[in-house]
Amino acid sequence: MSRYSALSLLRGALNGQRHWQPAWRDPEPKSHYDIIIIGGGGHGLATAYYLAKVHGLKNIAVLEKGWIGGGNTGRNTTIVRSNYRLEPLHNLFEFGLKLWHGLSDELNYNVMFSPRGAMFLGHSDADMVKLAERGDAMRCDGIDADLLTRDQVAKLEPLLDMSRDARFPIQGGLIQRRGGTARHDAVAWGYARGADSLGVDIIQKCEVTGFVRDGDAVVGVETTRGRIGAGRVGICVAGHSGHVAGLAGLKLPVESQTLQAMVTEGVKPMINSVIMSQSLHCYISQSDKGGVVFGGDPDNWPSYAQRGHPMVMEGAVAQGLALVPALSRLRMVRTWSGVTDMSFDGAPIIGETPVRNLFLNGGWCYGGFKATPASGWTYAHTLATGKPHALNAPFSLDRFKRGATIDETGSGPMPNSR
Amino acid sequence: MMLIPCPHCGPRAQSEFVYERTVDSVVPLDAPTDEAMTKLFTRNNPRGVDDEIWRHTYGCRAWMVVTRHRVTNEISECRAIGPEALP
Repeated sequence: MSRYSALSLLRGALNGQRHWQPAWRDPEPKSHYDIIIIGGGGHGLATAYYLAKVHGLKNIAVLEKGWIGGGNTGRNTTIVRSNYRLEPLHNLFEFGLKLWHGLSDELNYNVMFSPRGAMFLGHSDADMVKLAERGDAMRCDGIDADLLTRDQVAKLEPLLDMSRDARFPIQGGLIQRRGGTARHDAVAWGYARGADSLGVDIIQKCEVTGFVRDGDAVVGVETTRGRIGAGRVGICVAGHSGHVAGLAGLKLPVESQTLQAMVTEGVKPMINSVIMSQSLHCYISQSDKGGVVFGGDPDNWPSYAQRGHPMVMEGAVAQGLALVPALSRLRMVRTWSGVTDMSFDGAPIIGETPVRNLFLNGGWCYGGFKATPASGWTYAHTLATGKPHALNAPFSLDRFKRGATIDETGSGPMPNSR
Repeated sequence: MMLIPCPHCGPRAQSEFVYERTVDSVVPLDAPTDEAMTKLFTRNNPRGVDDEIWRHTYGCRAWMVVTRHRVTNEISECRAIGPEALP
């Protein structure tokens, strides 16, 4: 695998850029792998990459039913942040955020990570108290968080409606300046290229249709491209975790829901940071191409349909327009949706399952993309050693039974609790 | 948007309805702890048909069981809720 560099580009310029090679191979599946990862999204590919890079394992396959990065990795709003209140959550996401800051160099692939600041808006006194509490909790663990006054918010985002009679008056905000956005496709491609160059087989158009059992252990998978044996199998298909785990007879604390996002035509820079409001539920950022990216609530009923309903889209857009009235002049050019695992405490699940040699990574709710490096790192540790990493130990599947849920919003046993 | 055939009002826009939970996740009052835990914290979550409880909140306000396909959104049945629908 040749390294990408300015020099290689220059050299390519002299011979018509004919030096470009496919970024990863397209291998036939072998009959047996030490570790099989089901799901070729960012998380699965990152897991494979760190298994090879950090743990030195060689005989690894990633099985993807479609094409890599074609699921939720390509359907999110690309926001990266670690501003959670609860310790296990912000520690996991902060570990990831640190990896994000060096990811392009690590992968020799430009993931266009842009730490432009991730800001939560506060709309009331109660909101500001909540934001202060969240910021304090983060700072106690050494994570950056700054409480902003109303004037500071207005200076950072001049197009916000700061008037006193605004539909959603703004009192202040909480910003994590090291947060921002990244290019989602590049994350999948970068990890795929990195994993492939370390010997990982990335097998696309290969859907897992069942598990091969030997007593209480999984010893392989049935796929649309035949049976493949495995030492350990890691499910990494968030959105479809319930379906795939169901093939192994597991019933998960997860309900699948559709989450929509949308983007406007490209315009000159108008949104400087990532603007989020948790009291509404709306997040707005501007891509490097100029499109303003919106997200909102999920379609709040179970669904595996990768398409959303306009009435939910309307809700997100109405909130966005109320916050930034200038957006009303833009045309919406694309909308899409992904299927997300809504877990029953709003936190992810990374760890072992009751079936021997079968592991699970899922339940990412709204927040999977930002966790990609941390999720891959900790899941790789878990798959390589059979034991959780300190960072994902709290996110075990059995926490619901033990009464040790990680309920950031304190809203109890419902999917999509926030 | 789906069109939900309310057994009392006829076909109505989905925006009049609120989703509650699946039929099999209703916890009986006398359920032992294990069963209550399973029903509270897990779902079958099939990539296919399931029986769901919806409420016609902005209409007749009645609860009903909707049998719906989770990929195609096709509703094969919508029946009024009664003792026989609950465990």
